[in-house]
Amino acid sequence: MTQSKKILIADDEPNIVISLEFLMKREGFDVSIAGDGEEAIAKIRSDSPDLVLLDVMMPKKSGFDVCQEVKGDPALSATRILMLTAKGRDTEMAKGLALGADAYMTKPFSTKELVDRVHELLGLNA
Amino acid sequence: MSPKNRLLVSVALVCAWLLIVVGVCGWVVWVDLSPDEREALVPIISPRGALLGAMLVMAMAVSAIVLRDLHRRYVAVPARLAEDGRTLLKAEPTRRLTADGNAETCAFVDIINALADQRQSLQDDVEVRVADARRSVEEEKNRLGALMSELTQSVVVCNLDGRILLYNNRARLQFRAMSDAPGAAGGGELIGLGRSIYAVMDRHLIAHALENIQHRLRKSAAQPVTNFVTTTRAGQLLRVQMAPVLGVAPEDGADRPVSGFILMLDNITRTIENEARRDEILHTLTEGNRASLANVRAAAEMLDFPDLDDELRTRFRGVIRDEVKAMSDRLDHSASAFADSLKARWQLEDMLGADLVAAAQRRIESRLSLRTKIEEVDEALWVKVDSFSLLQAVTYLASRLSDEFEIRELRFRLVSAGRLVHLDLIWSGQAMSTETVMNWELEPMRFAGENSPLTVRDVIERHDGEMWLEREKVKHRAFFRLVLPSATPQEEVTSDVYLKGDSRPEYYDFDLFSWSERNHEHDDQLLSELAYTVFDTETTGLNPSQGDEIIQIGATRILNGKLLQGDGFEQLVDPKRSLPPESTKIHGISPEMLVGQPDITKVLPALHAFAADTVLVAHNAAFDMRFLQLKEEVTGMKFDHPVLDTLLLSAIIHPNQDSHRLEAIAERFGVTVIGRHTAMGDAIVTAEVFLKMIPLLAEKGVRTLGEAREAAQKTYYARLKY
Repeated sequence: MTQSKKILIADDEPNIVISLEFLMKREGFDVSIAGDGEEAIAKIRSDSPDLVLLDVMMPKKSGFDVCQEVKGDPALSATRILMLTAKGRDTEMAKGLALGADAYMTKPFSTKELVDRVHELLGLNA
Repeated sequence: MSPKNRLLVSVALVCAWLLIVVGVCGWVVWVDLSPDEREALVPIISPRGALLGAMLVMAMAVSAIVLRDLHRRYVAVPARLAEDGRTLLKAEPTRRLTADGNAETCAFVDIINALADQRQSLQDDVEVRVADARRSVEEEKNRLGALMSELTQSVVVCNLDGRILLYNNRARLQFRAMSDAPGAAGGGELIGLGRSIYAVMDRHLIAHALENIQHRLRKSAAQPVTNFVTTTRAGQLLRVQMAPVLGVAPEDGADRPVSGFILMLDNITRTIENEARRDEILHTLTEGNRASLANVRAAAEMLDFPDLDDELRTRFRGVIRDEVKAMSDRLDHSASAFADSLKARWQLEDMLGADLVAAAQRRIESRLSLRTKIEEVDEALWVKVDSFSLLQAVTYLASRLSDEFEIRELRFRLVSAGRLVHLDLIWSGQAMSTETVMNWELEPMRFAGENSPLTVRDVIERHDGEMWLEREKVKHRAFFRLVLPSATPQEEVTSDVYLKGDSRPEYYDFDLFSWSERNHEHDDQLLSELAYTVFDTETTGLNPSQGDEIIQIGATRILNGKLLQGDGFEQLVDPKRSLPPESTKIHGISPEMLVGQPDITKVLPALHAFAADTVLVAHNAAFDMRFLQLKEEVTGMKFDHPVLDTLLLSAIIHPNQDSHRLEAIAERFGVTVIGRHTAMGDAIVTAEVFLKMIPLLAEKGVRTLGEAREAAQKTYYARLKY
């Protein structure tokens, strides 16, 4: 690992952010945090993270909107997006993937699986 | 030429004749005289010219008086008798002419009256026979009516125009629930004979459903019915089943044409609401908890890492505590808020508690030969039960008691306990252990030849109920208490539906089937075939433009020449102003009666809907219409219906009568006046009078709506302004 990869956690619930932050830092990533959709977009533009852990249900802008905006912007489209959601329906998963999310995980998820997916998306072999 | 003009012309002619006779006589005498005689005569005559003139005028006056008397005897009296006679002939066969005028006329009147008597007795005879013949038809109709009113489903039958021909009481109640009109009109403006079903349902939807049915009929489907769900204007959800009404098969052996349709309606708004709530619970319990679970799981998994410092460890534990508490709260909230929706998965029926106990008694006595008795039964209680399985459970418990404890009698008690009902099975004798009872509860019910896979517990759970054993030590008795859900008493057929008349309400009119062929251009329609709304208003005074307001509206409907007794609109109206005490003397409405009544902006839309697609009829309609029209702006309701005025129509029929007041007309037509000066009372009198007028108008060549309007405009009274 030459340079640590940057990860943005976009979720409005501090109770999950605390775990995700600890987990990602522990994996050696450079972690930043956004509490709502607009902040997420702003941080994606300013920090250009390699991967975003994106919650669907967020204030101001939903995860779907953020995903669509990022994937629609050629400058940002390389950003990997892993959507995390409490919506368990197939239709919503299909929507997330259709809007360009690279992966989609339904809450509750196993943290180990999450770490594996993050590695996989960043092309790192754990 | 009117009789009055004829009199004037006759007098003028007689006067002219007198002048001519006197003039000619004078001239002949003058010509015959010799010049001497003329000279002698002039001095005698000329001073007396005035006297001669006066005598001539007197002769004229005497002739005029004689003529007037003759006119009265030989023209005016016969003219009035002719009008009365026409009424007798066309409208009021019990009416008799009053003898008047000279002896010959009187004799003539007597003969006419004798003929009328004769006709009356013949007619009575015919009517008896017709009534006999009609009775059997009526019986069949009544049988159908009774069947319809017993149905627990709403049924509405319409012709192809969407006009309602028949409906049952359940439908009426359902439409009333859907109506947003106030008070007495509620529902009446939506359902009624001859009203359009399209007021409640989308026209295209019905057309589409009819098409489906036609299609199925062509394919000779066994059941040419179709189902759909629709929303009403008031936002209610209706599940509708539609079936065709088939007409008579044509001669050439082709298929029977569809002449109308039957709609069976279910209001499923409540069901859908329940389902929606159930969905909501599922949602909060699944999706709502996913996020929390994710937080807990992640935090718990973090705790496994050995390299965690104490502060983080405390924070993760905090997360777990918070989230678990949040999930518990959510669960509690769902469980209490949606408790009602979670129940009643089983099809439970409402049953009168006393009926349930009676059924249990019969069953136990016949199956088990065990004596039963009623200790206490609340007759007013309704329970929500699956009666078959519950009776099975009760009988099963009784059989175990009888077999294993040899009880000799089982008593029933049914009492209310808040929203629940206690059904107790009481016996006296030795005590049993609670464990024994638990076993009975959990074993499949097998007794007296019945073999059910269900246990008593299953049955109790099915009712969302409970069951336990209790002992009354003092009395050496014990009882099983079954706790069951209570039901709200089933709506009885509300009495006010029948209040309007002592006969059965007119819920059907099959004559409407033939409407579709008729011309819909109102002006060319025959008066006898139109639908009418006959109405009257009571007001604070006579000057709407100076602030007088409507305080009561009464309206009734006429359809196919019949007054619909059960189909009325009666509503008091808050005038939003003071009520002059002198007006109270006329209509008997006091200010207290108007407190809390809807105002005109609420009532006129309901009246408008009630009068949809009909011709308005009122006595002195100009007065009432003025009140309605002045409110057009406030209510947005334009009363642009065709209007007929019985006052003007009376003037067309009876130009020689002195009075065209409603009482006078009613008296002429033999209409009994009851409750005058209530809006509804006057509306009904007006309607009955109007029905009598239709044949008399036809006599005068006034047959269609257009002709009636034209004739009314010509009469003198039409020029009165209000």
